[in-house]
Amino acid sequence: MGKELKVQLEGILENQGLARAIAAAYVSQADPTVEELTEVKTAVSEAFSNAAIHGYGMKGGTVNMEFAFTSKDTVMIKIMDKGVGIENIAMAMEPLYTTDTGQNRSGMGFTVMESFMDRIKVDSKPGEGTAVTMIKKLDTYYGI
Amino acid sequence: MEIIFNVMGNTLIAELLGELDHHAADSVRQRIDSALDNYRAQNLVFDFNKVTFMDSSGIGMILGRYRKMGEKDNNMAIVGCSKPIRNILNMAGVFSIIDYYNTAEEAVEVFDRKEVS
Ligand SMILES: Nc1ncnc2c1ncn2[C@@H]1O[C@H](COP(=O)(O)OP(=O)(O)OP(=O)(O)O)[C@@H](O)[C@H]1O
Ligand SMILES: [Mg+2]
Repeated sequence: MGKELKVQLEGILENQGLARAIAAAYVSQADPTVEELTEVKTAVSEAFSNAAIHGYGMKGGTVNMEFAFTSKDTVMIKIMDKGVGIENIAMAMEPLYTTDTGQNRSGMGFTVMESFMDRIKVDSKPGEGTAVTMIKKLDTYYGI
Repeated sequence: MEIIFNVMGNTLIAELLGELDHHAADSVRQRIDSALDNYRAQNLVFDFNKVTFMDSSGIGMILGRYRKMGEKDNNMAIVGCSKPIRNILNMAGVFSIIDYYNTAEEAVEVFDRKEVS
């Protein structure tokens, strides 16, 4: 496609805004609607924060993000960490499921990603890390 | 994220401005909790009119305050959400336990009526 973008960011929450700004800039090439742009930004925000909070336990580590258009109006976004990984992926993706012991997380991150993007795939191994791949078809006005 | 606090009677109105994400949520939580204590407010209104972005951290922030306040005989309301924000809050069923109003004034009116009756 010739439009791939690969970005490496430090996986700390301070970079969460930057991660979604990069996603917004990339997806904007396809003239998405305002609503679609918000949905993509939110999904990226969830995946990135999970890498920083759960993957790296707030201690930092490398997060790689890859962006590509698989067709002129379909975007694929992959967010990867080399953190602790997920034991049971199906369970982690259940609405309201969280391993957070405090009162502050709702366990809705994956549910938000699933409902704002068309497809989501999670690859993860305990001790090796997690990769979240998301695909969304955009209602482009003009194509790219 | 900026927060402007306003008090109307027994009600604390927290007007949120900017982006509410996992990074911002910690400090938002702390500032709202200490404002609740300082004003000894009985009711809490979250004004989302000027929130330009929110992810699932907002759900945790709201439900956390709800649990905290729910121990006493208090009221909570949410006002002025954009469509994507309302979507996210709906996914977690937030509006089945916390009422939504268009404006803070409307929410305060309902609280006042409850207190009279
Ligand atoms: N990158 C990751 N590395 C390790 N564990 C993860 C990762 N992403 C998600 N998880 C696990 O999956 C669970 C569910 O994630 P999800 O984003 O749905 O909820 P949450 O992060 O716990 O809460 P919320 O996103 O609503 O604040 C997490 O609690 C965590 O245990
Ligand atoms: Mg999460």
